[in-house]
Amino acid sequence: MNMRDHQALALVTVGLSTVLLTGCEAPSHEIVQRGYRGLAMEQNYHPDRLAAVIAANQVPAVIPAAAPGGKLAKDVYKNAQVLGDLTVNDFNRMMVALTTWVAPKEGCTYCHEGVKWESDGVYTKVVSRRMLEMVRDTNANWKSHVAETGITCYTCHRGKPVPPKVWVSDPGPKHASGVAPTGQNTVGKTVAYTALPYDPFTPFLLGGENGSTEIRVVGQTELPQPGEKRNRQSIKQAEWTYGLMMHISGALGVNCTYCHSSRSFTTWPGESTPQRVTAWYAIRHVRSLNNDYVSPLGAVLPASRKGPLGDPFKVNCATCHQGAYKPLFGAPMVKDYPALIGPSQAEVKAAAAAPVAVATTAAPVPMQYVPAPTSYQPTP
Amino acid sequence: MAEYQNIFTRVQVREPAYPGVELPQGSLPRIGKPIFSYWIGKIGDAQIGPLYLGFLGIASLICGAVAILIMGLNMMASVGWSPIEFVKNFFWLALEPPPPSYGLSFPPLNDGGWWLIAGFFLTASILLWWVRVYRRAVDLGMSTHLAWAFAAAIFFYLTLGFIRPLLMGSWGEAVPFGIFAHLDWTAAISIRYGNFYYNPFHALSIAFLYGSAVLFAMHAGTILGVSRYGGDREIDQITDRGTAAERAALFWRWTMGFNATMESIHRWAWWFAVLTVITAGIGILLTGTVVENWYLWAVKHGVAPTYPSELHLQDPNLLQGVSQ
Repeated sequence: MNMRDHQALALVTVGLSTVLLTGCEAPSHEIVQRGYRGLAMEQNYHPDRLAAVIAANQVPAVIPAAAPGGKLAKDVYKNAQVLGDLTVNDFNRMMVALTTWVAPKEGCTYCHEGVKWESDGVYTKVVSRRMLEMVRDTNANWKSHVAETGITCYTCHRGKPVPPKVWVSDPGPKHASGVAPTGQNTVGKTVAYTALPYDPFTPFLLGGENGSTEIRVVGQTELPQPGEKRNRQSIKQAEWTYGLMMHISGALGVNCTYCHSSRSFTTWPGESTPQRVTAWYAIRHVRSLNNDYVSPLGAVLPASRKGPLGDPFKVNCATCHQGAYKPLFGAPMVKDYPALIGPSQAEVKAAAAAPVAVATTAAPVPMQYVPAPTSYQPTP
Repeated sequence: MAEYQNIFTRVQVREPAYPGVELPQGSLPRIGKPIFSYWIGKIGDAQIGPLYLGFLGIASLICGAVAILIMGLNMMASVGWSPIEFVKNFFWLALEPPPPSYGLSFPPLNDGGWWLIAGFFLTASILLWWVRVYRRAVDLGMSTHLAWAFAAAIFFYLTLGFIRPLLMGSWGEAVPFGIFAHLDWTAAISIRYGNFYYNPFHALSIAFLYGSAVLFAMHAGTILGVSRYGGDREIDQITDRGTAAERAALFWRWTMGFNATMESIHRWAWWFAVLTVITAGIGILLTGTVVENWYLWAVKHGVAPTYPSELHLQDPNLLQGVSQ
């Protein structure tokens, strides 16, 4: 082999290596141990990516507290249904906060019809009222998930009228008319770029308190049980659950072992971490947000706020977390805005006789069929 | 003297092209006129061709082509016949087995039926190729070790796509045809059945797989190391031990107290390779049929140790009437 061949070979090798290496992250990762030694109970962080997530999750400055005293908003303003018990000063401070968090460029008229403040003529007014109720319900009744940290409009909206991370039921890529969609096997951007089911949200984060499909697939006995007691969950069903878990992992910027034991994903005592309990409540919380608050708003939301199947933009883990294990890295924003902590469920029940918001009385738009994994369970 | 001490072959023996022994009566002819390639000579024999396909080879290739065509067209259909989308999504695309709700019945073509047909043709192709491997060996007067090693791999393939789905009563348990899809399936079966880490046959298969690689490196390194003494004439040295065989034996005896021989090292390699897929197949066969959760099975039989934990969380599902 002569010299020119050697040089050509070296060039080709360097070129190929460069191409292959562009798919890699620069070293090195930080590894944090979070469990008993030798069990791979650890979290991996890449300093550059972590820095980017931290930069993207900064808390805005607190809006100065309003001067105390004065009349109540409900006595001064018409149609102040949710925050009417605040003083006028506090009420206006909240309006400023909402504008800063949700519509800083658009201003008051993003929701209000000119200066007809009491008018519900703009759909965003109806939506924002329902969103206020949602935030107040969350901060008062879902402490199992949000603890005392709580949420504000900013947790999801981040200064934009539409939260940057939302989901809609995904009919999948355009396919030939004869093909029965499997709900998987395309570039799954929501599920860590795997070929796993790309819309695990419709079956698991919607459709009633328990979702339309059971998340748990793993057998709870060492041997298969006879007859009716047999665990009928299929491997395909496991892929749907796996997809949801990949979404959670990506949305929170954590590994599987943040919640689960490396030895047994399904076992609770002695294996799972306390974070798994929070996540269990979180899944139910998100279902409640979608079922009780967001989906019924489909009646008033325009098509630009809906997906291809006509369902409104909805909430998943990424909507609040946006890459952080706690939204905004656990900054307790809500303590500066006590008006965002609503009545507890007991108080809500007591007042249940009165109809609350326009949006709740409107019939929800019927959902179109989405290939959910119900057919992925074998017949007994 | 010929120089062997290089990572690529430095010696190319050139003779007039040799077509091979006479074919038996009634055989189809060999295909192609032999050529020589200097670059192929760097990694193997410089002579390319002729090729014998025969009836079995042609039938196998046709069945294989039909299977690949069905898979490819189904993938194309799943992206609306768009060639660009097909290329962009190629690694993600797949032909899925039927949903489990169909059990073992024949589903509609577009809902898993094509998977069954593609699986049939792929299996036919593989089995025909197996017969071809067997028959070529017999015709060349060889023993049939290659065919039986291939049969072990076919056993594993059939276990994944045919035998276990039959036992489970659902085609939906089988592996999809697709690059990432079959990898996702592999992770999913481990998750569904409580962690394959605790499946002893999975462990055995990995041991044989990694062992195969180690044996391959040890054997190749040894033979290249003694080739300056004629060690590459391994088969001669089985019965007619020369200094190459002695040095190779001494090396390993001094290194680890035991050595294989010029013959037995090949049996080691053959069995490690074959046992990789046989143990893998057994591990898959037991999953879901005999064992439901490998982790719990391992705990019950004292395989999985307990580790100290201060956390004794309760499954929130079991808490009745809990507040949110």
